[in-house]
Amino acid sequence: MHRISKSLTALALAAGLSFGSAYGALAQEDTIKIGILHSLSGTMAISETTLKDAMLMLIDEQNKKGGVLGKKLEAVVVDPASDWPLFAEKARELISKDKVAAVFGCWTSVSRKSVLPVFEELDNILFYPVQYEGEESQRNVFYTGAAPNQQAIPAVDYLMSEDGGEVKRWVLEGTDYVYPQTTNKILQAYLESRGVAKEDIMVNYTPFGFSDWQTEVAAIKKFGSAGKKTAVVSTVNGDANVPFYKELANQGIKAEDIPVVAFSVGEEELAGIDTAPLVGHLTAWNYFQSVDTPENAAFIDGWKKFIKNDKRVTNDPMEAHYIGFNMWVKAVEKAGTTEPDKVIDGIVGVSVPNLSGGFSTMMPNHHITKPVMIGEIQADGQMETVWQTPGLVVGDEWSDYLADSKDLIADWRAPMSCGNFNVKTGKCGGKTTN
Amino acid sequence: MADPNLLPACAKPLSFREADERKGISVILAFLSLFFLFLSPAQAAEAQLRTILAKLADAKGFPAVEAVVRELGATGDPAVSGPLEALSAGDLYFAKADKSIAILRDGAILDPLSGAKTREGATSAFTKIRVNNGLRGAIRDVLGSLTLSAPDPAVRLSAVATIFNRPDPEAIPALDAVLAKETDATVKARMEEARAAAVLASDLPEDQKRAAIETLGARGDRAALTLLSNYAQSAQGSLRDAAASAADRIRTVLAGWDVAQNVWFGLSLGSVLLLAAIGLAITFGVMGVINMAHGEMVMLGAYTTFAVQEAIRASAPGLFDWSLAIALPAAFLVAGAVGFAMERGIIRFLYGRPLETLLATWGVSLILQQAVRVIFGPNNREVGNPTWMSGSFEIGQMAITWNRLWIVLFAGAVFLGLLYVMKRTPWGLQMRAVTQNRRMAASMGIRTPWVDAFTFALGSGIAGIAGVALSQIGNVSPNLGQSYIIDSFMVVVFGGVGNLWGTLVGALSLGVLNKFLEPYAGAVLGKIIVLVLIILFIQKRPRGLFALKGRAVEA
Repeated sequence: MHRISKSLTALALAAGLSFGSAYGALAQEDTIKIGILHSLSGTMAISETTLKDAMLMLIDEQNKKGGVLGKKLEAVVVDPASDWPLFAEKARELISKDKVAAVFGCWTSVSRKSVLPVFEELDNILFYPVQYEGEESQRNVFYTGAAPNQQAIPAVDYLMSEDGGEVKRWVLEGTDYVYPQTTNKILQAYLESRGVAKEDIMVNYTPFGFSDWQTEVAAIKKFGSAGKKTAVVSTVNGDANVPFYKELANQGIKAEDIPVVAFSVGEEELAGIDTAPLVGHLTAWNYFQSVDTPENAAFIDGWKKFIKNDKRVTNDPMEAHYIGFNMWVKAVEKAGTTEPDKVIDGIVGVSVPNLSGGFSTMMPNHHITKPVMIGEIQADGQMETVWQTPGLVVGDEWSDYLADSKDLIADWRAPMSCGNFNVKTGKCGGKTTN
Repeated sequence: MADPNLLPACAKPLSFREADERKGISVILAFLSLFFLFLSPAQAAEAQLRTILAKLADAKGFPAVEAVVRELGATGDPAVSGPLEALSAGDLYFAKADKSIAILRDGAILDPLSGAKTREGATSAFTKIRVNNGLRGAIRDVLGSLTLSAPDPAVRLSAVATIFNRPDPEAIPALDAVLAKETDATVKARMEEARAAAVLASDLPEDQKRAAIETLGARGDRAALTLLSNYAQSAQGSLRDAAASAADRIRTVLAGWDVAQNVWFGLSLGSVLLLAAIGLAITFGVMGVINMAHGEMVMLGAYTTFAVQEAIRASAPGLFDWSLAIALPAAFLVAGAVGFAMERGIIRFLYGRPLETLLATWGVSLILQQAVRVIFGPNNREVGNPTWMSGSFEIGQMAITWNRLWIVLFAGAVFLGLLYVMKRTPWGLQMRAVTQNRRMAASMGIRTPWVDAFTFALGSGIAGIAGVALSQIGNVSPNLGQSYIIDSFMVVVFGGVGNLWGTLVGALSLGVLNKFLEPYAGAVLGKIIVLVLIILFIQKRPRGLFALKGRAVEA
């Protein structure tokens, strides 16, 4: 086996040389380099630093198992400093200068959009681990976080169900940027398709880092006093969440009366705050630290040992990196090379265990299959699963509920090889990104 | 639970380990308990409750648990409130081995009904009975009807509120019964309103409904408005007109309260702006230093609060409600010391060179941010609210939250304190003298470098204590300062540089303006409109609201 992989590497080397591309140099070195593109300073450091550490742990563990293709992996960490143009520069540096085989990184959608052209131009691989708004499928990007149908829509379904309290009135509260705007657009269309009247939906946006929630919470209270069960779907991002929940609690809105289901609040975000006002409110993710499986117990244990801190928590994007990294390893071993083109072709259909006791598979649209869980926030900052999809949900890149994307599909397998194939016109290239 | 001596007899068969040890006795006791079951109705009721409670261990899924909760409620026995409240709080468990139900609280295993510590053992041998929001709502409903005649008026009040929110004609007889006995005037009024709500939903005669409409109209809040306007849609004839006109009257009154609420929100936002800006009013307003690191002084104050709370949590948890009072001087000293060092180390070399000062202080702000990030980590830190800063109270139809009220009062106190220092103390006099005419002040024997240093330290220290207050309403993260720096400069420039009163009026008027725009324009557009208005205003009056006049301007 070893010999085969060696000769395959030699083949890859030959292929690399014949392409005359940047990857020729890669095989001559002793290690395989992995780029980590997460902000370690600036506003997003709060979320992204953990992902950098998680990647270092995964790489470390893989090296203990003997690396990949008989070579050790080497992490190349750069700091794009929460600065979107800098993300593109650093991505270019990772690919052209450091010759990495794949990059794991980005958090915000705007940072992902900023690096897309770089990955396309230099033909490398990006694993993107965060839940996002969908409406995108790119050949060089693998989306291991949730698409809207893997988070937002099941959450709304749950709240509409008898278990969730048969909610009839909806407040869509979000931070003013692309992810909440698109998600709310999809949700609004979805709710209307399920027979919710227009006057029973209230959409509101606030700026980044918003801290004075008095007017907004008073408006939610007013909206919720119409005698119908009301819920808030929150795409409020990052720092604005704490003052939001505090204001809700102070104005006496209880989770039993008006539950808030949040898509951007995870264990990591809860670790730094007074959880008392949040208890009983809901979150929707594809993984919770509280999931009771042997794989998860081992992962948590490994994480706490690696970071040398018993209090650190795990969260959904970390699981996404876990899945994405293992998929990459498997695809590389399958292809016998780290050459991105081969890996991109080979990774579709690769299936690896996720942390919630099942398997996640890379689909032809470069999204993965995941279970969806609704959790209730507990006083200790953990979530308790109150509902879970019976099976795995396939990530849907082009929403079925938006008029201009419902006819689009993505399939990166030959011969289609298209991220936006229009099934009505039968042509590729209806719409690239939103 | 008529006779406490009987309790062990009944509790015994449920605690298995001890029963094993004393089998013979337990058999006799079991017989005895059976005997008492037939004798005492209270015992019989308790045994029945235990039978129903035991079903919780086997209930699969929330609907099944809810059925058991309803069954418990149907017994009408107030004793179910103990286990139900525990279930709602997530404290109700069942043993993995024998499926007996117990309350686990603070590591102790308690009997679900008596609340007494009945047995020892590891808490890991228990499985939690899971709850969700629907179940909590059901429990609240069940408890609502059971606790209507509880001795504590507060409990009765919350029970009545539950019934009011879910009007049910079947609750009318129960309400009539408790109404006859009710002595507390507030509770009685609420009960009458709850009864009125139920009457509207019932098929009682018209005159009763008319009275109910009047009662609800007098209540005058949003919940009553919803009830009345919903009723007006379904009713006919004169009743509909009565309901509709009552609803209209409430609407008019509520519109007035909405304005009052907006003014309050504005004052509250204004006080936050004032706190954030008042330190800058000294360093930038009085001294003329463009201090970009001002926000980081606020951040240092917030982190000091965090450190103080951590120390209190570790060593003296009883003092937690005092943590903010202890943090205030600490934050003043920490931020003041950093400000002092900054002035001595950097700023004093840059007086009269605003561009270099701007760059240097901006550099300092980045250094401080990254230093905090390295020391405390990039994540938010948890700063708790003392109990006296949580919750809200109501004036008329307007809810005022305690934390906002305290911050408004605190901002006022800080402002007055600072005004006093500036206008009534020798130090304040020296400060004003130095900033107005440095050379003249020096020739009068004032040590100007030290006055500069202490003035800057004062401004920074004030920013530090603002951080203590702001930690109560927002995040404590390394980025905390950045979110306040723009607003602070906006307030100081708008109010008039070098004038504390200008800062006060500027902060409050910007706060109120913002909050009046927000409901119509939204938070994002509202903020933009405010900024545009300020730009226009500064075009017209470049020196702000309260411009300094006379020779001070030239200095």
